[in-house]
Amino acid sequence: MLIKRRDFLKTASLATASLWVPRFLQAHSRPGALAHNGRILVMIQLSGGNDGLNTVVPYQNDIYYKERPRLGILKKDALPLTDEAGLHPELQALKSLYDAGDLAVLHNVGYPNPDRSHFRSMDIWHTASPAEEYWSTGWLGRYLDAQCSGGGREVCPATVLEIDDTLSLALKGYQQKGLALQNPGQLYQTARSPYFTDYLAAQNNMQQEDSPVGYLYKTMAETLSSADYLFEKSRLKPSAGTYPDTGMGKHLKTVASLILGGSETSVYYLSLGSFDTHINQAGQQKRLFKELSDALAAFSAELKAQGRWNDVLVATFSEFGRRVAQNASGGTDHGTANQMFFMGGQLKQKGLLNALPTLTDLDEGDLKFNVDFRQVYATLLERWLGTDAEPILGKRFEPLEFV
Amino acid sequence: MAVSKQLKLQHLLWRAGFGPGSKTWQAWENLPESSWWPKLREASATEPRFFDVVDGALGGLLMGVGELGKMENNKKRLSDDERKEARKQSRQALQSLNLIWLEEMVHTDAQLREKMAMFWHGHFASRNLNILYQQQLLHIFRTHALGNFRDLLRAVSKSAAMLAFLNNQQNKKQHPNENFAREVMELFTLGRGRYTENDIKEAARAFTGWGFKMNGDFVFRRIFHDTGEKTVLGKTGKFDGDDVLDILLGQRQTAHFIVRKLYRFLVNEDQIPRDERVQKLGDRFFESGYEIMPLLEAIFTSDWFFAEENMGRKIKSPVELWVGMRRAMPLQLDDPEGQLTLQRALGQVLLYPPNVAGWPGGRNWIDSTSLMLRLRLPHIIAAQSEFNISPKDDDDQMMGRKGKSRLQKRMAATVNWEPLLTIFSAQPEQSLLPQMARYFWQMPDAQPPVDTLNNHTNSTSKAQHIQSLALQLMATPEYQLC
Repeated sequence: MLIKRRDFLKTASLATASLWVPRFLQAHSRPGALAHNGRILVMIQLSGGNDGLNTVVPYQNDIYYKERPRLGILKKDALPLTDEAGLHPELQALKSLYDAGDLAVLHNVGYPNPDRSHFRSMDIWHTASPAEEYWSTGWLGRYLDAQCSGGGREVCPATVLEIDDTLSLALKGYQQKGLALQNPGQLYQTARSPYFTDYLAAQNNMQQEDSPVGYLYKTMAETLSSADYLFEKSRLKPSAGTYPDTGMGKHLKTVASLILGGSETSVYYLSLGSFDTHINQAGQQKRLFKELSDALAAFSAELKAQGRWNDVLVATFSEFGRRVAQNASGGTDHGTANQMFFMGGQLKQKGLLNALPTLTDLDEGDLKFNVDFRQVYATLLERWLGTDAEPILGKRFEPLEFV
Repeated sequence: MAVSKQLKLQHLLWRAGFGPGSKTWQAWENLPESSWWPKLREASATEPRFFDVVDGALGGLLMGVGELGKMENNKKRLSDDERKEARKQSRQALQSLNLIWLEEMVHTDAQLREKMAMFWHGHFASRNLNILYQQQLLHIFRTHALGNFRDLLRAVSKSAAMLAFLNNQQNKKQHPNENFAREVMELFTLGRGRYTENDIKEAARAFTGWGFKMNGDFVFRRIFHDTGEKTVLGKTGKFDGDDVLDILLGQRQTAHFIVRKLYRFLVNEDQIPRDERVQKLGDRFFESGYEIMPLLEAIFTSDWFFAEENMGRKIKSPVELWVGMRRAMPLQLDDPEGQLTLQRALGQVLLYPPNVAGWPGGRNWIDSTSLMLRLRLPHIIAAQSEFNISPKDDDDQMMGRKGKSRLQKRMAATVNWEPLLTIFSAQPEQSLLPQMARYFWQMPDAQPPVDTLNNHTNSTSKAQHIQSLALQLMATPEYQLC
């Protein structure tokens, strides 16, 4: 007898995990049961501290060229945005999105008392803590917690996905944690070992959810059923676009497949790096930007063609920017404030959202921030994902109006 | 349910060390309960061996570079190439130190010392790329692990690794830097909210001038020291750093803060009991002048330590899990450096705590990905299957180099099954499974799913059966707990 694969998957997952995550399965097996407002956030982390001043080039600024005699990007090479500023020559996809009204740039994003250690500053961006505090949960993890505790909504780890082998702190909440995967097929293979499924089915029903062992069983069951779910969704309407054969290209293709297949994932988290360009910055940044730009070109083209671009907001960030002055090795050292990009079909404000960084008023050679990154998070949470930001961020941050 | 003597012994060996070693298990098993603590204590009584991974050439380079994270300080002394070379070698030496310590945890009988050194490493967490300073700091943890907290606090506070990590080299009379003073109070002694912002400002002034030389020796730079009067926690005087540490140690709260943290680490990370138990331990710790060994004795010889509610409820840290697995199932690793990748993938790299607050622990260790890797781990090793995980790069370590593609390693190893076969060969077939489950699992009420385990084990021979059962029992949620 032939059993359709999808039917088999549903049966198999119900058999193994039903005692643990019935809400998850019910939510996703019911047609039209939306777990969120249908909007999708794609966060792209530029790891290592991207040099913002060579990303959006202030080509009318003499100080910029004076401080960067070797590294400065000439006006004739930059992709012009305004009279004042242009994009790094490799960011062609961003230039096209800008021309189409689908790109916004927010300058001078940072936080008070900036830390110049990668790990610590990334920690601060991931947890959304003040620089003086050490938090053990991430802002998207707490978003997931909030989705779960609301009562009205049915949620699961697959709501917040990281496309990588291991899970970032940003996606770890108190009660819930997101899920990391390279691709749904690999996750499915790993999770669906016969021993694990049998074991879970046999051993599952005796545990208490609030005990440590209960937590382990819950995580295991959710992983197995999420693996089923994501594998199924990724095969419903797999991406047909041509993506570059790069890490970012493959990852965005995976994201596109899940979006087109109707996965109720509201946040995808991706990373690219390393932008830690202490030496020979020009070549390294160029290579990484090409990878980013080519992948985003394919991704935005496919989502536009499939009518889904309006559901998506892509946001980029880096843990810090870099020193205004170049160093002696053809690179730049760790800095502070930086710009963020936002891309999507539903931007309320487009282009350059605020003034370019001031190069005359520096803090020990570094840019001063004037937009707190937690205001950006508040914006993404409230105005895009439609959830109350204050409990997630620990206090009220005034949202911006670009979405 | 009465807790068996075997479970109690295993509980002690997991909490006061890294789990029972299959090679030494039978010697332990035959001891009366009253001998357990003396044996543990005596095994850790000797001075620890100093782990020196810095050879002469690297030492010379490092003394030229000084604080590696802040290269600009010493531009004149070394060329770019020399600094680059020093960084590279220092990074490699840090990896060696990591692996040497890991080996010590697996093999040493001084389990209690290394476990406590691990605790202090998480308590006084610092990241520093200078191997000279890191190996000095690690030796401080291992030397004072069971000694006196007063000495430990003072040694750590004067270590180059901590002074550098918390920017005290920049703490000068004209431009005070409060980072060191803040963390000493918040994380090392009193705990958050037990002091005012003004206490921090004043204490920072007292620590001005505390610094270190290139070789890691502490130095008091009088010209940077603020000799004026300070008021810290209600006391006023012309304090220096030592005076402030004395003031902090004079607060009973410091003893209570340390004891509560230690209770969570050793006894129960979920629940601190409402009764006076922990309060009394804190008072005794304070009154003993911060002697660590009597505190540990009070814990490990108490009845409540062995209570059922404290057993099988602690989620093993990645290092506890891995070292414990190696103690149960001795391994000959083809490529020991694969263990560095493993640590990163599981979220705990020795000598690289996430920040000054240390590893948050508990449920923070577990997400879908880390749990699946933990569950697959026994089979990854024994079946020599591909360890196809590429953990995130750490830019503080990588300094812009590309790393990802290199990090996919095989965790191939040869298992020495002899010790486990010796323990279990005499077990009759029908009691083998429950007996092995009792050995590998710490939850008092855990019942192994017999049919499932039988379906997924190889029983063609007794030896095969023991081996496959061991692997399957370790590939479970239950084994994640101790």
